[in-house]
Amino acid sequence: MELFKSNSKIAFMGSRKLWYALSLTLFLVSLGALFTRGLNLGVDFTGGVTVEAKFPGEAQPEILRRGLEAAGFEDVQVQNFGSSRDVAIRLPPPEGKTADQVRASIETVLRQVDAAVVVSRLDVVGPQVGAELRNSAVISLIATLVLIFIYVFLRFHAWQLSLGAIIAAIHDPVIVLGFFALTGIVFDLSVVAALLAVIGYSLNDTVVVFDRIRERFEANKRLQPSEVLNQSVNQTLSRTIMTSLTTLIVVVVLLLLGGPVLQGFSAALVVGILIGTYSSIYIASAVALDAGLTAESLFPTRKKLAIDDMP
Amino acid sequence: MLEFARWKYVLVAIVMVVASIFALPNVFGEDAALQVARKDRAAIADDGRKAVEEYLRGQGVSFSRSYVDEGRLMLHFDAVPAQLRARDLVNENFKTDYVTALSFASRAPDWLRKIGLRPTPLGLDLRGGLYLLYQVDIAGAVDQLLEVYEQDARRALSQQNIAFTDVIRVTEGSERPNGLRVQLPVGADVGQVRGVLRRLWPDLTITSFEASSGPIVQLVLTAAQIKERQDYAISQNLTTLRNRVNELGVSEPVVQRQGLDRIAVQLPGVQNSAEVKDLLGKVATLEFRLVDTQNNVSEAVQRGRAPFGSKLYDTRDGLPTLLKRDIIVTGDQLVDATTAATEQGPGVSVRLDASGGEEMLRATRTNLGKPMAVVFIEQRREEIEVAGEKVQRTVKEEKVINTATIQGVFSTNFQITGLGANEARDLALLLRAGALAAPLFVIEERVVGPGLGKENIEKGTSALLIGMALLFVFMLVYYKTFGIVANIVLLANVILLAALLTVFKAALSLPGIAGIVLTVGMAVDANVLIYERIREEIRNGVTPQTAIAKGFEKAFSAIADSNITTLIAGIVLWALGTGAIRGFAVVLSLGIATSMFTSLLGSRALLTLMYGGARRPAKLSI
Repeated sequence: MELFKSNSKIAFMGSRKLWYALSLTLFLVSLGALFTRGLNLGVDFTGGVTVEAKFPGEAQPEILRRGLEAAGFEDVQVQNFGSSRDVAIRLPPPEGKTADQVRASIETVLRQVDAAVVVSRLDVVGPQVGAELRNSAVISLIATLVLIFIYVFLRFHAWQLSLGAIIAAIHDPVIVLGFFALTGIVFDLSVVAALLAVIGYSLNDTVVVFDRIRERFEANKRLQPSEVLNQSVNQTLSRTIMTSLTTLIVVVVLLLLGGPVLQGFSAALVVGILIGTYSSIYIASAVALDAGLTAESLFPTRKKLAIDDMP
Repeated sequence: MLEFARWKYVLVAIVMVVASIFALPNVFGEDAALQVARKDRAAIADDGRKAVEEYLRGQGVSFSRSYVDEGRLMLHFDAVPAQLRARDLVNENFKTDYVTALSFASRAPDWLRKIGLRPTPLGLDLRGGLYLLYQVDIAGAVDQLLEVYEQDARRALSQQNIAFTDVIRVTEGSERPNGLRVQLPVGADVGQVRGVLRRLWPDLTITSFEASSGPIVQLVLTAAQIKERQDYAISQNLTTLRNRVNELGVSEPVVQRQGLDRIAVQLPGVQNSAEVKDLLGKVATLEFRLVDTQNNVSEAVQRGRAPFGSKLYDTRDGLPTLLKRDIIVTGDQLVDATTAATEQGPGVSVRLDASGGEEMLRATRTNLGKPMAVVFIEQRREEIEVAGEKVQRTVKEEKVINTATIQGVFSTNFQITGLGANEARDLALLLRAGALAAPLFVIEERVVGPGLGKENIEKGTSALLIGMALLFVFMLVYYKTFGIVANIVLLANVILLAALLTVFKAALSLPGIAGIVLTVGMAVDANVLIYERIREEIRNGVTPQTAIAKGFEKAFSAIADSNITTLIAGIVLWALGTGAIRGFAVVLSLGIATSMFTSLLGSRALLTLMYGGARRPAKLSI
């Protein structure tokens, strides 16, 4: 079985203005959402209290919220979590109260609503730890990008290709972040992990396409660059889509069956894989082309004495 | 030509056999179990094991298996009620010697356990339990040290009849106090003061200068000395917490240093955080006292009270002992305790501060040849029943942990001898555990209920199984026979990954399971790269054998390349992540390595076996 014709000749490069426009829109919307709405940061990053509780029957978030506010808590968030019987309660860092006092008063409120409630999880993160985790998340994102930039520069012998890969590597996580800002899905540590995996993964596809570009240029140095790039994307298309498909299958299963704890993580991966695949096909190579990639940039003609170290 | 060197076949076969054995412990499931450990952390001997077993049998409690594992007795039960009853019985009957912990134990056969293979441990999010992150106040540790120094300096100067204006703590080029300043009246003998201080602290740099009020002698801790003190404070607090966690009777607890000044405590199965925090933060100390040799112990026991000037104590083994009321030295004066090899066998080297040293000097000089005892005092919370209601109360417990004859005169540094190797180690631990070198406070706390843990395991496993099943079908439909090969390789990949996780003893968390699921999806990538290349080669008109060989050859650089980027992300995550995120990073990175191995070598071996050598197929089912 084949999903793609072996000799597909889609003119990816010809329509690149359209895809640039789409990407730019997505990118700007994401940035806008990040700056106006911001991320719904989890307790990992803000510090504070998260309680997950299971009720024997239907949970009533609204009653719980009022009960907690009556007990003196401010900025209380109560949501259904996974099922109608489970709730997640989020509170800002308690001031002047110990974790145990917080726990005790939350449990009292829960019991008043239903005595048979079971607290299935309780996290108390100090504001200091929250700030540190936030820092290390930002550092790890930047570190990954920097390391990948270094790798990309060492790996491709033409700066045009490096530029294409780097733009794709920034494009993808920003749009995933935008998705989280727009949907308001809780952004916690595990989402950061997914985001880093997405950066690595999406570059994966780009590298394979770029490898093919070098191969095509080597085979025929007279072809128009746009033609070579089109050929390369077409020839690797089947692989690019297949790989994304296999990964998407498992990640969607994870999103559907992995339970609420993994929801943000799986959602980040699903969106990231889709965006990553799209950017490897439509954006990375197109950027390299517009940056002026030619056979010359990959295989410079040298003076006779120079030894060609190209493979 | 399609060939594969014989040694590569052998390599693949050996790796897969070894991996299967390593992954094996994970498939057996778990029994409800009871873990019995000695309170003093020594290994349980055969007679101890027999005593517990026979007692349980006598009470009609049957267990399916029992063995001593890492010094602890493990008893397996068919059902939870038997497990609970056994716990109550052991707690009641062996109260003084053993602590018990309810746990789960692998049903894997004994031979696997004996060669050191165990199932991958589960993280707290999968088992349920309590996670505490303690902040060690390391600045407080230095303050505490300077306070001791200040007292020592005042005492030493007074004893030498040296007049001084004041002794104060100073801040020299740092935000917090890091030194001591002795202010002297005009015309004081600076050299004499320096001499006294040098005798107290030979390692510290002492400087002196003239101020308008008179001469000043000053000592400032170097950055290295401050760091040493802080490290000491953390390692001592770690030891304290470990000892106390051990007392909790939790199976497989984890107490580890995290970063510069944090201690993370993981207690599987624990739900009541208030009680645990109370126990871990409790105060314990110790005292050195002379043994009362003039009065008869049994007489005192009979009369129910100690003679005047003495006090009745129990040893760890429950034997009564009479000690003098006057304390020679207390734990506050203890600076350090380490195990040491002495001429009389294993021992413990104890270091006291200057004041403690003096007291000890005086006591040993006048009591040469007499016995001295070390008393361990701790305050613990206890639950008692008062009129049918359970009430918590704080109990002070005092036990003689060691008595030894004073062999010579000593002061700040001395050794406690006459101990077994284990005893010496435990005593050093206990002594250090006696005093907290720096205050501790909880900055992060996470509790996962056991129900949620179970739910997480079920969800993670079902996502993994269903995801794999869907992939299998997809690959089979898309690549036919080659799809079967890809699926076998995928299965091999999961086995290899499970084996590596077992070897690294990396705790499996929910993100870890998610990592396995993701790895499975991504591992197919290498096969897809190879198969697409083979298809391409076939379209170019080469023979099937050449197509396979070329497919592998040409796909190699793409496979290697594409994995490096994911590996970079994995390594950064590992370096900067904590806890569960680290688990994900480990799985992701290991998964990349295993998928490279299985797709490049494993799948090549299979395909060569199927299509290689003299077979020369006319067509490939791809």
